[in-house]
Amino acid sequence: MIPKRVAARSGYDLPLATDPTGRFLAWIMALMVYLGVLSLAAALLISDMAGRWDGGLSNGLTVQIIPQSGTAARPVAERTAAALALLRASPGVLSADALPPEQTAKLVEPWLGDRGLAEDTDAALLPFPVLIDVTIAAGTDTADLARRLKAAVPAASVDDHGAWLADLRRLARSLQTTALAVVGLVSLAGVMTVVFAVRAGLAIHRHVVQLLHLMGATDRYVARQFESHVLRLAARGGGTGLGAAVLTLLVFGWASGGLRATLLPDFTLALWQWAALAVLPLVLCLLAVVTARRTVLRTLEDLP
Amino acid sequence: MEYEARRPLRGLTSGACRAPAPWGCPDGSGGSGDGTVIRFDNVGLRYGSGPEILMDVSFALLPGSFHFLTGASGAGKSSLLKLIYMAHRPTRGQITLFDRSMARLTRDDLPELRRRIGVVFQDFQLLPHLSALDNVALPLRLAGVPEGAVRTQCAELLHWVGLGNHLESPPSTLSGGQQQRVAIARAVINRPRLLLADEPTGNVDDGIGMRLLYLFEEMHKLGTTVIIATHNETLIQRFDHPCLHLENGRLTAMPRAFTRRM
Repeated sequence: MIPKRVAARSGYDLPLATDPTGRFLAWIMALMVYLGVLSLAAALLISDMAGRWDGGLSNGLTVQIIPQSGTAARPVAERTAAALALLRASPGVLSADALPPEQTAKLVEPWLGDRGLAEDTDAALLPFPVLIDVTIAAGTDTADLARRLKAAVPAASVDDHGAWLADLRRLARSLQTTALAVVGLVSLAGVMTVVFAVRAGLAIHRHVVQLLHLMGATDRYVARQFESHVLRLAARGGGTGLGAAVLTLLVFGWASGGLRATLLPDFTLALWQWAALAVLPLVLCLLAVVTARRTVLRTLEDLP
Repeated sequence: MEYEARRPLRGLTSGACRAPAPWGCPDGSGGSGDGTVIRFDNVGLRYGSGPEILMDVSFALLPGSFHFLTGASGAGKSSLLKLIYMAHRPTRGQITLFDRSMARLTRDDLPELRRRIGVVFQDFQLLPHLSALDNVALPLRLAGVPEGAVRTQCAELLHWVGLGNHLESPPSTLSGGQQQRVAIARAVINRPRLLLADEPTGNVDDGIGMRLLYLFEEMHKLGTTVIIATHNETLIQRFDHPCLHLENGRLTAMPRAFTRRM
């Protein structure tokens, strides 16, 4: 009859739990996961921001009818009507609508206050242009449209959103690439840390590993012990890092709640984005386990 | 499963000097095609660029034989055993184990062959962070034996060698003799076809030494080939088994099995 007290296995055959390398591996993994999750969150937020820019600004033009001075100048209202007629008759133009003066006034209110634009455009305190919001079909020749508009309507200017939207897209892409590169670098640093820790563990326990080999242990048996050990540390570190990163993002989200600038990213993430962030530590754990296995198997090839 | 096909454990009494050993008969012949378990042909061994430790060693052992390996300190006994349990490869010559030439073995072949060999190391080589039971359990776990069977068999064998009250004791809390018995239990737990022991009675009193030799005798009777390196003349005289004698790295006394075949 076996006593009850020996009913459970005591642990690994290799004394990996007592390794000094194990202690710092969990902390380094926590730091890596923290940085990785924040970088990935940044990439997702930038992607959202670029999406909003695309949705709001693509396939659009803004036409300005600028007030003119002098006796020969035609009234703004007359030129606006001419511009609208030309635009609506042009192929590829889906809609063309002049912004009401109060909406234009709203746009400049943060800078000029509520008296910047009088009700009568021509008698305004400041000579504000009339803005025409134009929606065009994809592939419309905006350069030709601008040329014809300028010829027909004096002091009309065309602001093609596509030109500066391309700049914004380029900026967003480079920010996203940088954020994803940080995730990649963090993963690489994690791999290198695991390689170092496993090699140190093998060096410390070389004698035990040799003994296990002499008793018939396969390389896979030894590798499994390291895999379990590394997985445990990586999971502990990953959980800590993920928790800290989620806390940081919640604080950012709370702090960004009062921001008025609509082009700045909104620090709130959708459910699928939170799920994507939670997957990152799992991927890093898997990477750590695979790295541990490959490192052990390669190192053990040198043993007789 | 190969392990389960063997005879189950039964009827052990702790402290019984000549009680039946708690294992079944090693399966298979364990021998090579020419009827030998081990065959050395002009084997030489040197460590690095140092002098040759073993020179022109040739012998062959039949399955189920029992031999003492004798010789002065430094004669090469431990090195010879290391070659047999494949801790080293020979510098020259050929070794055949279980009908397989060591020269043709790949790394993948070694674990399975090593599991057929039980070794009692001179310095025990117990793992200090494991309990006595877990130390003994290592060969079974390496062979993939189910955990329930591992615990039952290890506890039973430790009872049999008089360590029933020390199942959970780490080696550091055991005396030299107790550690040696744990090391021996570990060597025999998986019923090896070949048992090698390097000075197995060096740290125990005569009573325990005799008891351990009877344990090896039980193994031998069940078909295990046994080689014991020892200085103990009393044991050699008490048990009438042939000797392999080493002098300055050369084998001077041949086993009868080998001389008959030469």
